[in-house]
Amino acid sequence: MPATTAARLAAYDDAVTRYEPLIGLETHVELGTRTKLFCGCPATFGGDPNTHVCPVCLGLPGSLPVPNRAAIEYTIRIGLALNCSIAEWCRFARKNYFYPDMPKNFQISQYDEPLCTDGWLGVTLDEAEAARYDPDGTGPRTFRVGIERVHLEEDTGKSQHMGGVTGRIHGADYSLVDYNRAGIPLVEIVTKPVEGTGPLAPAVAHAYVTELRDLLRALGVSDVRMEEGSLRCDVNTSLSPRGSGRWGTRTETKNVNSLRSIQQAVHYEIQRQAAVLDAGERVIQETRHFHEDSGITTPGRSKEEAQDYRYFPEPDLVPLAPPRDWVEQLRASLPELPAARRARLQEAWGITAAEMTNIRNAGALDLVEQTIAAGASLADARKWWLNELARRANDTGTELDSLPITPADVAAVAALVGSGALSDRLARQVFEGVLAGEGTPDEVVASRGLAVVSDDTALNAAVDEAIAAKPDVVASIRGGKVAAADALVGAVMKATRGRADASRVRELILARLTDS
Amino acid sequence: MAELFRMTADQIASAVRDGEVSAAEVTDAHLARIEEVDGRIHAFLHVAADQARQAARAVDRRRAAGEDLGALAGVPLALKDVFTTKDMPTTCGSAILDGWLPPYDATITRRLREAGLVILGKTNMDEFAMGSSTENSAFGPSHNPWDLGRVPGGSSGGSAAAVAAYEAPLGIGTDTGGSIRQPGAVCGVIGVKPTYGGNSRYGVVAFASSLDTPGPLARTVLDAALLHEVMSGHDPCDATSIDAPVPPVVAAARQADVSGMTIGVVPEFTGEGFQPGVLAKFGEAVELLESLGAKVTEVSCPHFSYALPAYYLIAPSECSSNLARFDAMRYGLRVGDDGTHSAEEVMALTRARGFGAEVKRRIMLGTYALSSGYYDAYYGKAQQVRTLIVRDFQAAFDRVDVLISPSTPTTAFPLGERVDDPMAMYVADLCTIPSDLAGNAALSVPCGLAPEDGLPVGLQIMAPVLADDRMYRVGAAVEAALDARRGHPLLNDARGLA
Repeated sequence: MPATTAARLAAYDDAVTRYEPLIGLETHVELGTRTKLFCGCPATFGGDPNTHVCPVCLGLPGSLPVPNRAAIEYTIRIGLALNCSIAEWCRFARKNYFYPDMPKNFQISQYDEPLCTDGWLGVTLDEAEAARYDPDGTGPRTFRVGIERVHLEEDTGKSQHMGGVTGRIHGADYSLVDYNRAGIPLVEIVTKPVEGTGPLAPAVAHAYVTELRDLLRALGVSDVRMEEGSLRCDVNTSLSPRGSGRWGTRTETKNVNSLRSIQQAVHYEIQRQAAVLDAGERVIQETRHFHEDSGITTPGRSKEEAQDYRYFPEPDLVPLAPPRDWVEQLRASLPELPAARRARLQEAWGITAAEMTNIRNAGALDLVEQTIAAGASLADARKWWLNELARRANDTGTELDSLPITPADVAAVAALVGSGALSDRLARQVFEGVLAGEGTPDEVVASRGLAVVSDDTALNAAVDEAIAAKPDVVASIRGGKVAAADALVGAVMKATRGRADASRVRELILARLTDS
Repeated sequence: MAELFRMTADQIASAVRDGEVSAAEVTDAHLARIEEVDGRIHAFLHVAADQARQAARAVDRRRAAGEDLGALAGVPLALKDVFTTKDMPTTCGSAILDGWLPPYDATITRRLREAGLVILGKTNMDEFAMGSSTENSAFGPSHNPWDLGRVPGGSSGGSAAAVAAYEAPLGIGTDTGGSIRQPGAVCGVIGVKPTYGGNSRYGVVAFASSLDTPGPLARTVLDAALLHEVMSGHDPCDATSIDAPVPPVVAAARQADVSGMTIGVVPEFTGEGFQPGVLAKFGEAVELLESLGAKVTEVSCPHFSYALPAYYLIAPSECSSNLARFDAMRYGLRVGDDGTHSAEEVMALTRARGFGAEVKRRIMLGTYALSSGYYDAYYGKAQQVRTLIVRDFQAAFDRVDVLISPSTPTTAFPLGERVDDPMAMYVADLCTIPSDLAGNAALSVPCGLAPEDGLPVGLQIMAPVLADDRMYRVGAAVEAALDARRGHPLLNDARGLA
């Protein structure tokens, strides 16, 4: 990072006592439709470069777009879940600008006639997060975030700039373009300015995107993998002096692509803008880039701000007029929404809000619920998903629900532990085997020979061996140091390759040594 | 049998069906005719002799196998170079697409092949269909078979000249502001702009999406109708394609009877700025229609006079966006890719060299008209005018079955006369533009030769949306009456190749 871009920062606590932050979020979500928005190419992530393409999504001369009904349906479902009005008549528009990864050098989007308008999403702050910004706990913990619009557009291709140091187009030796992503349906969800957050602005931004992510997953319209770029956020931030009654100049921080980064970006912009205003200067209305590594924002090209997109109604498409009965049918078929579901489960399970937050933050709500449905207790389901499996997901850098293990598998292991057939330690080995693709828990138990040795005759032989091998330990136990038995237990566990029940081994050792 | 290349499409198709002649012989005759005259006409940018012979032999095999051949199987055709063809280059008359071989066929290309039509090659046109003379082609102009020193009209001038010069009995063009009817009129052939949405635009390289309409060119109204039925119909690959039955245009062309019809003359298109000979022939056509039993009345369309300026905002606006894709990144010409220029610079250098002056002019006009702060005054206002023109048509068609006017204000003008005067060039489409803006159907049929220059004059017949059959009825009646009066087809008088 060049030194010239390092900005002065005000202290956060001080900044938010003197300035009122105003935030707004624009979120782009790739829809999980089978095919692209305007052609029949697969809309799946990845694939060898330029293999999911055809004349339409390559924008070849003469090709024409035909809208994907499923994408329109998904957009309406999102709009309905966000309490929006669904347009009776609206149009696609062309957004014109030149860029090598834009096949037609215009993007088919929506402009002044979006499909969904004027809704809201209720969000509840995570108490631990909120406490970071508002330690006194004086601010509200629930917010209703207004939704300005939800519209449908096509994604662009992806440029890869080779050579150079920044990975950006400037300074690169050459660039490669992959058009697989071009034409994937993208929904843009724009909030109204969120007022009254005070110091909680970063937590509200975080809570909004978290709630939106859960909502989109619940609707089944997107897999919402932020790390794969299927949900991308632009965050607008402005400050105005407290009590001034007017709005300040905003900046737009682009491509903030993780929940943590969203908080950081808002936090940083508040500190930076406060320092600018404190110095008697004016905040420049501009696009800014967020840097994942340092957590700071830097100015984007000011040229982008001057861009004139020359929007006009897309003449290759006819207006969109979703029939009212179809919209009502979609409304009636909406699933239980995440906030209501969390409240229901929290009560049914008898857990605290903080416990529910832990489950949700781990991305384990569905998994825990399904594991319970498969016969496990809540305690077991939470224990295995939030500890052992969360650790393994973290180690391999995957999401919990991407681990190659099913809730039924977890319930099966929990049942084996409950019946005494497995110890916790053995259970961990079973998980290891299942995750390594060795089969179902039963198959792993069989192939690895992981059953607990509960037969006292077999254990007694190992106990005898351990006692015979360590006369000094035996002496100290007999001298009253019962804790010294740990060494003998360890030896037995080693000899049985962990298959023994440690507490039973301890009982046997102490019985033997105190009997005689 | 007459010389094969002088036969109509209908005659060829029935001769092939009846085994009187093979499709291969018909194709060879036309390829020989092209060989003989196209050096002077320059109707074709690309002659696909091998593919044409293969297509003809396939038709002959189907016939030999006893298969049912369609209405136009074995008939040669000249295809405007704006339709994609996977076995022939597609240039749109532009240097920026020189050598581009599309990986796919346009829907209409595919339908022609499936119907057994034999595509002889790709015809010349004004670059990206922008022009009225073919002089905006990057590959040199075509020449009018009536007078080689004059333009064949445009932008579908290559197809019109090919049909008029007996290089092909059928041609296909696209009409955005008159680009089929105007060249049809000045070459003395039939030019048809069907209802917008009646013909697929999939694979038609776009000029102005809300206006572009593919349609037939032919030497007889019946031939045009036969081709119209083959090429038309709903296409799921074109979202603006109309999902409705094709109007019964062949039956209408065979009916050729105007008795009982009410025909409206548009007074806005019979006054100042029109060549006297054009008005004279138009007046005779009106009298002819009355004598054939039609009721002729005057129907004012007050907003038609604003059509030309509205068109020159809407069409350039759409083209400024449609032509943005020609950026050297994926296909076509690439200039400046020598390691010293950025991607943006390569785009700019390629577009600077690859586009001709008229295309650049329209891209700039359209970019301006769509710009923030000007949109409402230009593009927005033009769309309002468009609505008023639609209403003029609706009001007129409440009173009459069809409207008529001259197809063009003048006959074919000399090559070079208007190249430096864009406004003079634009006026050539004065009468044809309203139907493009409103999306209704219109047809140009020859109605005689202007006395002062001996060049053909076109009568334009405009019909309501999806009532294309009405204009075929009227056109066929005029054609039959004039041929009978003259004793021979009009094109026999063309002397350019004599």
